[in-house]
Amino acid sequence: METTTRQHWLSLLAHSPASRLAELLQQHLPPAGDISWLRRAQTGLVMLQGRSGGSGSRFNLGEISVTRASCQIAGWLGHGWVRGSDDEHAELIAQADALLQNPQCYPPLQAQLLQPLQQELAARREQSARAAAASKVEFFTMVRGE
Amino acid sequence: MYVAVKGGETAIARSWDLLAAARRGDSALAELSLGQIRQQLRLAVARVMQEGSLYDEELAALALKQAAGDTVEAVFLLRAFRTTLPRFASSKPLDTAAMRVRRRVSGTFKDVPGGQILGPTADYTQRLLDFSLGDNSDVPPCALADSGVPQPLPSVLEVLAAEGLIEAEQPLPGDPEPADLTRQPLMFPADRATRLQNLARADEGWLLGLAYSTQRGYAESHPFAGEIRMGEVSVSVCPEELGFDIDIGEITLTECQMINQFAGSKTAPPQFTRGYGLSFGEAERKAMAMALVDRSLRAEELGEAAHAPAQQQEFVLYHSDNVEASGFVQHLKLPHYVDFQAELSLIRTLRAQATSSAVQEANHD
Repeated sequence: METTTRQHWLSLLAHSPASRLAELLQQHLPPAGDISWLRRAQTGLVMLQGRSGGSGSRFNLGEISVTRASCQIAGWLGHGWVRGSDDEHAELIAQADALLQNPQCYPPLQAQLLQPLQQELAARREQSARAAAASKVEFFTMVRGE
Repeated sequence: MYVAVKGGETAIARSWDLLAAARRGDSALAELSLGQIRQQLRLAVARVMQEGSLYDEELAALALKQAAGDTVEAVFLLRAFRTTLPRFASSKPLDTAAMRVRRRVSGTFKDVPGGQILGPTADYTQRLLDFSLGDNSDVPPCALADSGVPQPLPSVLEVLAAEGLIEAEQPLPGDPEPADLTRQPLMFPADRATRLQNLARADEGWLLGLAYSTQRGYAESHPFAGEIRMGEVSVSVCPEELGFDIDIGEITLTECQMINQFAGSKTAPPQFTRGYGLSFGEAERKAMAMALVDRSLRAEELGEAAHAPAQQQEFVLYHSDNVEASGFVQHLKLPHYVDFQAELSLIRTLRAQATSSAVQEANHD
């Protein structure tokens, strides 16, 4: 499995609403008995670091709550990390991560999970970026004399 | 003699009931949901997260509800809860250059690459009370431009940096791990990373007053708002079990790059210097105040005379935390009965002595 591909889906799953993830993943999940939980959802902290001036030395800005979970499905080890304290979200990501690594599960999940989530995320971001761009100032110059 | 005083359990339990009843108010009115607080009081939520030093909208909304809207009390609740959670990791440094910008303004250049984007700001409102909000209000739809704000949006300061007119902002050699005030006590002199962490957690009112003082002449500060940007930034971590970086979601941040005049020193040519502010959520006032105070605290490093309160590290950093400040001011409510009895008897003795010596002096006369 290519790291960049896995990085991409883990990021996408973390950026998607848990309710939507649950909806799309539902039909792909194996029976609960086939999932072995190495770590049920656990909430903790990540210290956020910034850089002075945006590009200088690092400093500690403050913490963020993060929930993580790990499970094993048919020999594939899945990990879920997501900001916030939503146990279900972290466990859904872990299950999706395990399934996505399985070459047999990947194609249907790519089409029925990743693709719609990707489109919806892009649409949300585009909507927000276009709404912000609508508030861009258009300066006009008053010409005096000739 | 030592007298142990016990009692008051019943009174304390009754005070909890009164507090809960006062919090709820008139039960004929609908109760506030956490979702409503998150959505409709988002700036209060952001402030509680920032000063509580924990980014979690749901917990901050709960803290605000529990504290009946008292920001400092809500900050205290969040800080206390934070201590119950394990620390998993540190994030990769937040990349504010890659921010999905919803607002970006510059007070230094009219024509900045990407333009001035106002976003959801109260700056251009008349500050007239809108009585229509007293009833349920309909929100007009937001216009959409044909294309979105570019991402990444170039930074305003790059214009000055390209000409070498502003000090470079680069990591120290080896990009050292910064000190962490949640694990090590504040020591002086504090380096910039420590100061920035302290200022990030600092009470907004405290920072605002100090920042204002630098503008009114209590520091050699000639600031310009080089750039203020607000929007979403992804959070990246490198979990041990994965061994590579992943994004775990995005957060809203406000960043302020303040530009200050600097006449130069023996080692540095005349150039602009920087003050930096970064805060959770939409928190422009906080980010700007933080940037001004960050710059004023750099006085010594830049060879400026540090005579103003906002330039003095110990004064600024020791008094910035509103949980500590609130605790120490309010601890005066706790029983000081024995201390006070001692003071009282001292005053009585002194008065008795003063009276008797006055009588003696009168007798001499």
